[in-house]
Amino acid sequence: MLNNSLYRYLLLLGDNSLILGHRLSELCGHGPNLETDIALTNHSLDLFGQVRSYFQYAAKIAGEGTEDSVAFLRYEKDYLNVHLVEQPNTDFAHVICRQFLWDAYHLPLMKALMKSKDETLAAIGAKGEKEAAYHLRFSSEWMKRLGDGTEESHKRLQSALDHLYRYSYELFKESEVEKEMKEKGIGADLGKILEEWKKTTEDIFRSSNVSPSDDPPAIAKGKQGFHTEHMGFILAQIQYMQRAYPDMQW
Amino acid sequence: MTQKEINLEEQFQARIDRDESIEAKDWMPEKYRKTHIRQISQHAHSEIVGMLPEGNWITRAPSLRRKVALLAKVQDEAGHGLYLYSAAETLGITRDELTEQLHSGKAKYSSIFNYPALTWADMGAIGWLVDGAAIMNQVMLTRTSYGPYARAMVRICKEESFHQRQGYEIMLTLCKGTALQKELAQDALNRFWWPSLMMFGPKDDESPNTEQSVKWKIKRKTNDELRQQFVDQTVPQAEFLGLTVPDPALKWNEERGHYDFGDIDWDEFWQVVKGHGPCNKERIDARVKAWEEGEWVRDAAVTHAEKKDSRTEQKVA
Repeated sequence: MLNNSLYRYLLLLGDNSLILGHRLSELCGHGPNLETDIALTNHSLDLFGQVRSYFQYAAKIAGEGTEDSVAFLRYEKDYLNVHLVEQPNTDFAHVICRQFLWDAYHLPLMKALMKSKDETLAAIGAKGEKEAAYHLRFSSEWMKRLGDGTEESHKRLQSALDHLYRYSYELFKESEVEKEMKEKGIGADLGKILEEWKKTTEDIFRSSNVSPSDDPPAIAKGKQGFHTEHMGFILAQIQYMQRAYPDMQW
Repeated sequence: MTQKEINLEEQFQARIDRDESIEAKDWMPEKYRKTHIRQISQHAHSEIVGMLPEGNWITRAPSLRRKVALLAKVQDEAGHGLYLYSAAETLGITRDELTEQLHSGKAKYSSIFNYPALTWADMGAIGWLVDGAAIMNQVMLTRTSYGPYARAMVRICKEESFHQRQGYEIMLTLCKGTALQKELAQDALNRFWWPSLMMFGPKDDESPNTEQSVKWKIKRKTNDELRQQFVDQTVPQAEFLGLTVPDPALKWNEERGHYDFGDIDWDEFWQVVKGHGPCNKERIDARVKAWEEGEWVRDAAVTHAEKKDSRTEQKVA
């Protein structure tokens, strides 16, 4: 099925939400206070909601399987998410910074999908746009709080940005399937998303008093199925039940 | 006690007897206030610590549907904790003080959460049995005399009964599934049955607070009454699942119109209450860790808000 462009595109979209949703779900019950715990769990819930829509559609296109077989029963090289979303919850600054870099990409992505010629993707975009707008507002506010808070929070945020910024380039590195979907009017134009992403991030970096490092982009080929060393552990958890108790209903 | 205080106490009791709701700004005996702080915060802490055993299975949930439902459930518990802490705050204590009491071990939380969640079936058993037992208490509390607590409980009860149904549905799915799945369900029932009965607290004759709590209508039924009600309700549900309740003494008593059941291991009960259960230390350590690692975040939020305010003031000036 990976040769089917639309199917592959759905995996590209869905896997990012799946892995980021997973990272956020690890935090549930361990947040710095109840309010942020609840908010980040909301983000995770929204992302998993999107995953279900993408993968139900993918299973339909494949003509076999379910949202769960798509989510849980692939080998690592068949997951197509970017490296940014695999980055661990090192501290709250990393969580917020990872989220912000993602949200600033995700909102224009959803807006673009709303205009997709594919009706299902357009519907997913319409629902996701509202969620992504809220996520971006939340992470932007926290970027400012941490950047403008104490000396320690500022230092931690800058250090998180130093680590994570290198991974943001991969979001915009167009893969073959993204190019094809863009040309068919189904997928988003990453060039346009990048323009909006730059505007949003520059604005928030300024008000958070942090600056992106000029380190070169991390070599990251998640869209081709090559992942970081974190990915195996993530999948070990996500897939545990389906692998240990195969072919059962839950 | 002065004559004036005696009169106030009598008037207060008369209000309770008339089923009037006591509100935050009303006069209340100091002991009533303290009892409520203790009970409401204990309840809030139980919600927060209760997030941990179930949280342990979020990343390993067997399907996307189950994952989303579990995440939402654990999130609901955080929400319950939040309104219960707020209800406790109406009695003149801060959330930070309450948190400190939890971390230092001064405040208790429901002992059930000191048992580990070992398999996916435990997500079913916890919802079915633990939420089921909690609801017995909580439904009663929707009519408790202290208004803010009673109102918080109305909302909590609605969500809890949804959680219980969700838990039972997980059990039902397992019991209709393969032999291996049914084995998981039976094993979870075996491990959670007795701790669930312990959730109602010590026997009435060993429960020092019961009499006063009944008088103040904090409690409307005793521990033993609620425990019996739980057994009577739950045994037929276990039978419907085709599972065996792990109590050889369990038997329907025609004369009483109730199930008779075996003795609870009270040594184990007190051991867990005193902090020596399977996970007491891990649970508190996890809470303390989250709190300590979050300190710089909370500080940053406060500092940013202060800076923002002072910038606004400067502009206005």
